[in-house]
Amino acid sequence: MEELWNGLVKAFQLIFTFDPEVMSIAGLSLRIALTSVVIASIICLPIGSLIHFNNFRGKRILISIIQTFYSIPTVTVGLFVFMLFSRKGPLGGLDLMFTPTVMVIGQIILVLPILVGLTISALSGIDKTITDTARSMGASRWQMAVAIIREARFAVMAAVILAFGRAISEVGLALMVGGNIRGFTRVLTTAISLETSKGDIELSIALGIILIVIALVINFIMNRIQQRR
Amino acid sequence: MVFIETVNLGQKREGCDILKDINLKVERGEVHALIGPTGAGKTTLLRLIDMLDKPSTGQVIIDGIDVTLSEKTRLGTRRRMAFVLQKPVVFDLSVYDNVAYGLKWRGLSRHEVREKVNNILETVDLTEYSKRNARTLSGGEMQRVAIARAIATKPEVLLLDEPTANLDPISSSKIEDIITDIIKKNAITVIMATHDMEQGQRLADKISVLVNGEIVQTGNAHEIFTSPRNRQVAEFVGMENIIDGVVLSNEGDMAAIDVHGKLIEAITNYSVGQAVSVCIRPEDVTIALERFSSSARNSLTGTISWMAFSGPLCRMEIDCGFPLIALVTKKSAEEMGLKRGTQVYANVKSVSIHVLGQH
Repeated sequence: MEELWNGLVKAFQLIFTFDPEVMSIAGLSLRIALTSVVIASIICLPIGSLIHFNNFRGKRILISIIQTFYSIPTVTVGLFVFMLFSRKGPLGGLDLMFTPTVMVIGQIILVLPILVGLTISALSGIDKTITDTARSMGASRWQMAVAIIREARFAVMAAVILAFGRAISEVGLALMVGGNIRGFTRVLTTAISLETSKGDIELSIALGIILIVIALVINFIMNRIQQRR
Repeated sequence: MVFIETVNLGQKREGCDILKDINLKVERGEVHALIGPTGAGKTTLLRLIDMLDKPSTGQVIIDGIDVTLSEKTRLGTRRRMAFVLQKPVVFDLSVYDNVAYGLKWRGLSRHEVREKVNNILETVDLTEYSKRNARTLSGGEMQRVAIARAIATKPEVLLLDEPTANLDPISSSKIEDIITDIIKKNAITVIMATHDMEQGQRLADKISVLVNGEIVQTGNAHEIFTSPRNRQVAEFVGMENIIDGVVLSNEGDMAAIDVHGKLIEAITNYSVGQAVSVCIRPEDVTIALERFSSSARNSLTGTISWMAFSGPLCRMEIDCGFPLIALVTKKSAEEMGLKRGTQVYANVKSVSIHVLGQH
């Protein structure tokens, strides 16, 4: 009990004195997760719209498959990315293994299904009369898609935030392809896992608190968005 | 010149005909009302004219162009039209942005958009709501936004789908005033669907009656109102009394018709022996307590079987061998002491009777 209490006190000291190591780990975590979610959004919004606005054979099956991948284990994505980028892998020549770049790539793959799937359901939530109205007002297909995405902006934003939550809190992928290299690829989750096994509870608690605070902020933003609807 | 034309236009849904062989012709600057009961296919027809749906058969020709041909012609032509849907639909944006959308899509500069939107908002009396989210407005206000959005692009054709159907009477009359104003000022071609016969009469130059997916009659309001072509149209335009009979004699189009044993004189060219339906509007029946000489050719005796008051009017049914609905003022009914069971004379002028042939 005392150990836990001391850990907490030390953790707050680390946070409020802006301990350089804690700050650099938290900063890297945020940077990697933000970068991957921004890139993934740029990829997924058009893909989601394309699937939503076009009717083709196997559309329902495709959506089911996408939804299945919502909960794909992070280690599975880690394994896939590892095989791609390891020295013997097809993209091994790029020499990206154990860099923040490959972590971003991995996280993009990880959040892709959530973003595409939730974009599709966000767009499906828009009443058909809105689509008709846009068309009757003389919108081209492209202009209509933009109008509908804008109409679904709150639901799309919720999808993006959810994806960010998944990216920043995952550990398996970051550990496997990032390698938890101090000052280079060490992020909040991998650091907690390592420090705990080393017995450095204080640092783990401090990093854990930061992670929870980030989750709280995300939750808060989500609620605000939902209330605006 | 015919501006909008549909040629044998048809729409099927799940094997059923929603619209069949629609041949509609609308001239430039004409206000054409599509009237008919709910489910007659009015909305479907408007959607086809706006090319929101693809027809199962036939063509839509607008200004000489067959718009069923390609998506490019469709978009180009659709941009010359505007459509106000029955349910007020607004984007989850400010009133200003709602009206600005169509103009932005047509590539107008920010400055032009601002000027036009502000002008239009003034026209529909929504200037003070400019920055408000359109979703927070009332139904009537939303419909005003929808109309503002439609006319902002200066369309050549305005399609209106029961624009007042979901509104309270005050909002409804306000919308109607705005529409009347738009029609007057812009010499715009309008096709409007309505199930409100009177609205059709007030606004339209021409009326097409749509029943069960077919146009059963086209004409001006007076024609449709006084000379419905068949029973369905007659019912729709308020001919509450439609009674079957047979022509007994006809001299110079003045016919005597046997209706359930009573003789009714009416003007028609149906020949002797022809089965017909006699159509009488309740408001064309006058009630008297005694027989007196008048120019009305028909005076039927009967007893009042029920009466119902609504506002200043009294609607009653007179049993004169067949039920006859009559409409009189509440004041007259009270002064004459009319009540259930009272024996009365129901007088109808021959010229007020419309005769339909039975097929």
